Amino acid sequence: MKTVDFSLAGVQLTTLGSGALWWRDKNLLCVSDLHLGKSERVARRGGSQLPPYDTRDTLIRLEQDLRFTNAETVVCLGDSFDDLDVLDAMPETEAAWINRLQAGRRWVWIEGNHDPGPIELPGSHLAELPSPPLTFRHIAEPGQSGEISGHYHPKVRVQTRMRGISRPAFLIDADRVIMPAYGTYTGGLRSSDEVLQKLMRPEARAIVIGQTPRVVPMGRR
Amino acid sequence: MLDRADASSLLLIAPTGGGKTLAGFLPTLVDLSQGDHKGMHTLYISPLKALAADIKRNLRAPVEDMGLSVRIEDRTGDTSSFQKKRQRADPPHILLTTPESLALLTSYEDAERTFKGLKRVVVDEIHALAESKRGDQLMLALARLQSLCPDLRRVGLSATVDDPEHIAQYLAKHPDPCPILHADPGPAPDIQMLTTTEPPPWSGGGAAYAIPAVLEQVKKHKTTLIFHNTRAQAEIFFHKLWLANEDSLPIGIHHGSLDRAQREKVEAAMVRGDLRAIVCTGSLDLGIDWGDVDLVIQVGAPKNVKRLVQRIGRANHRYNAPSKALLVPANRFEVIECVAALEAVQAGDLDGDTPAPGPRDVLCQHILLRAASGPFKADDLFAEMTSAGAYANLTREDFEDCLNFCATGGYALRAYDQWQRLQRRPDGQWQLRDPRSAAKIRMNAGTIQDSDLLKVRMKRARGGKPLGEIEEAFAASLTAGDTFLIGGQIVRYEGLRELTVEVSKEKGRKPKVAVFSGSKFSTSTQLSQRILRLFQQDSWPQLPTHTAEWLQLQRDMSDLPQPDRLLVESFPHDRRHHVCVYGFAGRNAQQTLGLLLTKRMEELGLAPMGFVATDYATLIWGLDAVTDLRPLFDRDAMREGLDGWLAGNALMKRTFRGAATIAGLIERNQPGARKSGRQATFSSDILYDTLQKYDPDHLLMKITRDEAMRGLVDYARIEEMLDRVAGRIDHITLDRVTPLSAPLFLEVGKVSVSGSAEERLLAEEEEALLEAAGLE
Repeated sequence: MKTVDFSLAGVQLTTLGSGALWWRDKNLLCVSDLHLGKSERVARRGGSQLPPYDTRDTLIRLEQDLRFTNAETVVCLGDSFDDLDVLDAMPETEAAWINRLQAGRRWVWIEGNHDPGPIELPGSHLAELPSPPLTFRHIAEPGQSGEISGHYHPKVRVQTRMRGISRPAFLIDADRVIMPAYGTYTGGLRSSDEVLQKLMRPEARAIVIGQTPRVVPMGRR
Repeated sequence: MLDRADASSLLLIAPTGGGKTLAGFLPTLVDLSQGDHKGMHTLYISPLKALAADIKRNLRAPVEDMGLSVRIEDRTGDTSSFQKKRQRADPPHILLTTPESLALLTSYEDAERTFKGLKRVVVDEIHALAESKRGDQLMLALARLQSLCPDLRRVGLSATVDDPEHIAQYLAKHPDPCPILHADPGPAPDIQMLTTTEPPPWSGGGAAYAIPAVLEQVKKHKTTLIFHNTRAQAEIFFHKLWLANEDSLPIGIHHGSLDRAQREKVEAAMVRGDLRAIVCTGSLDLGIDWGDVDLVIQVGAPKNVKRLVQRIGRANHRYNAPSKALLVPANRFEVIECVAALEAVQAGDLDGDTPAPGPRDVLCQHILLRAASGPFKADDLFAEMTSAGAYANLTREDFEDCLNFCATGGYALRAYDQWQRLQRRPDGQWQLRDPRSAAKIRMNAGTIQDSDLLKVRMKRARGGKPLGEIEEAFAASLTAGDTFLIGGQIVRYEGLRELTVEVSKEKGRKPKVAVFSGSKFSTSTQLSQRILRLFQQDSWPQLPTHTAEWLQLQRDMSDLPQPDRLLVESFPHDRRHHVCVYGFAGRNAQQTLGLLLTKRMEELGLAPMGFVATDYATLIWGLDAVTDLRPLFDRDAMREGLDGWLAGNALMKRTFRGAATIAGLIERNQPGARKSGRQATFSSDILYDTLQKYDPDHLLMKITRDEAMRGLVDYARIEEMLDRVAGRIDHITLDRVTPLSAPLFLEVGKVSVSGSAEERLLAEEEEALLEAAGLE
C-alpha cells in the first residue's frame, strides 16, 4: 500500500489512500465521517432509496486498513453514524461486523454533529480525545494547534495538463489536519470554500487520496 | 379534418408550416361554437414552450372572428404558480401545454376534476416527440387521460416522416386503428450540392473552404439559414464567416448553448427580417416562425436524410415555391455522402431508426407520478400503460420490476421493507407510504436531461453579461488564459466562480480551444447502405471529377467496400502497421469497434498503438502486422471484451445518471442548488460503482446497459454489421496507404482551430500522404 508521511507538532503521521490517518508510533488509526447507515436514514426520512450497500462498502475498506496497520487504537472522528437511530435499523450482520472489528482494540467514538450522543456499541464515547501533543475532535476550532479534525469532507481540485481532477483530500498546515470523509456515500466541500480558506494557513498543503496519495497545493481562490 | 373529427385517433401529416396546427383545432372550434361546453375541451401539447405561446396568439384571431367566447390559456414551466393553481380548479376551454407540464398536471389528486369533460387532445410536432423519452412520457400521460375521459379523441400533427404507420401506432390507444391524413406536400424541394472552385479538403468538418461561395449565396437570397451538425462547428464557421464578411451583411448565430436572451434576440431579428443569414444548429429546427427564409444551407453531410428533408421543407412556405437548399460537404468523403443523400431525397427514401421499446426509467417515473395522484391498482395501471403504443409489448414481469423498484428500491438486499416508498394497502391498492413525498416526486418530474452545464459570464464586479453555457467537462479542460469561442466572440477563460465560468474579452487572438465536448451524430444505417451501393457503380458521373477519380484509384489499388462484405486493409506506413476496417456502422459504433479491436489485439499480443474512427471506418495502428483476422472478429470474444470494458466506462456512468434521475433514484438538481459546495451531496458515479460491485443486475443497471448499447456505445450497429457481412471478410494486404484510408490519417476526431503554421504543417502532411497514395 502506498502512503505519504508528514509531521504535525513533531509527530510523524501517515496518510493512507483510503483516507485514514495512521499514527505509527502509537499504532493508532484515525478515520473520520464514516456516515454509516446513510442510505437507511435517507429512506427513513422519505428521500430516495439509495443502494443499501454503503455501510458494508465502508466497513470493507476499514477492515483492510486495520489488517494493514494492525492498529491497537482506533479513533472514529465523529459522524461515524449518519444519525443516532441508524444503529436500531442496522442489519445484524453489519452490527456484528463492527463488533468483530472492535475486538482486541481500544476504540474511541468521538461525537459529531450527526451522532451527538452515546451509541450502544462498545468503546469510549468522547467529545474529544487529547493525546498530547495532538487533540482529536470532530470540528476544527480556530486558534488551536496540534489538532486533527474532520467534518468538512474537504476535496481539492488539481489542474493537470489535460484536465481538472477533483478528489477528497487531507488539508494540512503547521497547526492542524482536516481529514477527508471515509464513508462511501459522502460528497466533498471544495478547499476553495471560505470556511476552509479561513481555517487553514496560507501555506497549507493538501494530500489527495486515491490509489496513491499525493501532495498537492491546497487550492486557493 | 372535419370529416374525421370522430375518429378516436387521427394522424395529420403535412409539411412544416403548412397551417396544420390550425387544422388540428378546427373540430374543437366547431364543437365549441355549437354549445355551452363546461370545463376543459381540448388539450394541445407541443414540444416547445414558445410554440404554445405562439399558438395562443394565432388561435385568438379565428376565435374572435367567429365571435366565440372561448378561454385559451397556456401552461408551461414559465406560468406563475397562482395561475397554475387556478387552472386546476377552473380549467380553460383550450389548454396549451408541454409534455412535462401535462405529466405534472395528471399527478395531482384533483386530476379527475381538472380534466372532466375533456374531448380532444392535439399533439403537435409529434414526429419530434416520437423518438424521445419526452414522447414516451406524454403517451403514458395520454393513457391516463383516456382512463379518466374514455371518449377522448387524439389528433397528431406531424412533419413528413419515413414511417407514418409507426407514428400512428405511437399516437393511438393500442390496439385501436389510427387513420392517416396526408396534406398536399407542395412542390418538390430543390436541393443541390454547392459547387466551389476549390475542392473540399480530405478531412475535417469545418468547410472553411466554402466560405466565399456561401457568402455569395447569402448575398443572392433574402434570408439564409446555415445549418451545422455541431455547436462547435457552428461557432467556428460563424467566426470565419465574419472574418470574410467584407460587406458587413447582418449575420447572426443561434444554438442551444447560447444564453436564452441572446437566442430570443436573434429569433426576433429573424422574424423582423433584419438578418440576412443565421448560422445555427438543430435548435432552430422546431416551431419558430421561419418567415422569409428562402435558402437553407446544410454544412457537413446531413447524416440523416429525414432530418434534412424536414429542415429543408420549411423554407419558402409563404410563396408556395419549392424550398431551396444547398448541401456543403465538409470534406471529400462527405461529397459522396451528400450525393447519396440527394439521391435518397429524390427517391423519397427517408431513413428511420427501428423504434426501441419504451424505456423503463420513464415507466418508473410514471408509476411514481400516478401514485402521487392517489391510490391505484397494479392491474389497472398495467392495462393503462400497455395501451400506449411504445409500451404495448411491455411484459408483466418488467412492469412488476418497475413497480418493485418504485416501492422498495428493487435491491437484491431487501433493506427498505420498513421504508417503502409505495405501500400495498389491505384492499390491494398501492399508495404512497408518506403522502408528503408527492411533492418531492413532482419536483423530479420530467425526462429532459440537462447535462451538467455551467453558465458563462463576462467577469465583472457584480456579475457580467451572460453569454451562454458550456459543458462542465469542457470547462474542466480549461486553464486560465485559454481562449475559446462562444456566441461568435473569442473569450479568455479567467476562472470558475461558484457555478459560473468567468471570461473576459480577448481581441485579435486565435481561439486556442474551440470545441464544446458533445455528441456527434452518426450517419444513419440507410444512408450508409446507399453509399455502399453507390460504390458498386462502374463509374460515377454524378460525382465531381476529383471524387470519382479518388474512388477509381481505390478500386484499382485495393477494392471498394461492398454492402454484404467487410473490407479490411492492412498496410505499413511510417514504420507502423495499420489495419483499416470499413464497417460503415456510424461514428459511435466504429469508435466502439476501435476500442474492442485494440483490446483484442492487445490480448493477442499484436501491440496496437491507437485508432481513429469516422462514420465509415476505423483505422488502427500498431507495431505488428495483423495477418489473421479471424480471432479479431470472434464475436464471443468481442462481446466479452465489451462487457468488461463497459463496466467502468464513463459513458455508462453518464447514461446511468440520466436513467437514475428519471426513475427517481437521484433527486433532480434544483436550479441553483447543484454542487453548492455542500458536503452532503455526492456524485451519482458513487452509486453506479456501488451497484456495479454489489448489485450488478439491479433494474437501473439493466436500463443503463440497454440504453448505452443503443446510444453512445451503439453495439447494435456493430452486431448489425456483423450480421450483414456474415463472416464474408475480405482482407487485402498492401505495401502502402490506400486512397480511401488516407483521409483517416488526417482525422483529428475534433474540429481543429489553429494558426496558419499548423495549417501549413497539416497541409504538408496531407500532400505527402496523398502522394504516397498516388493522388495529387
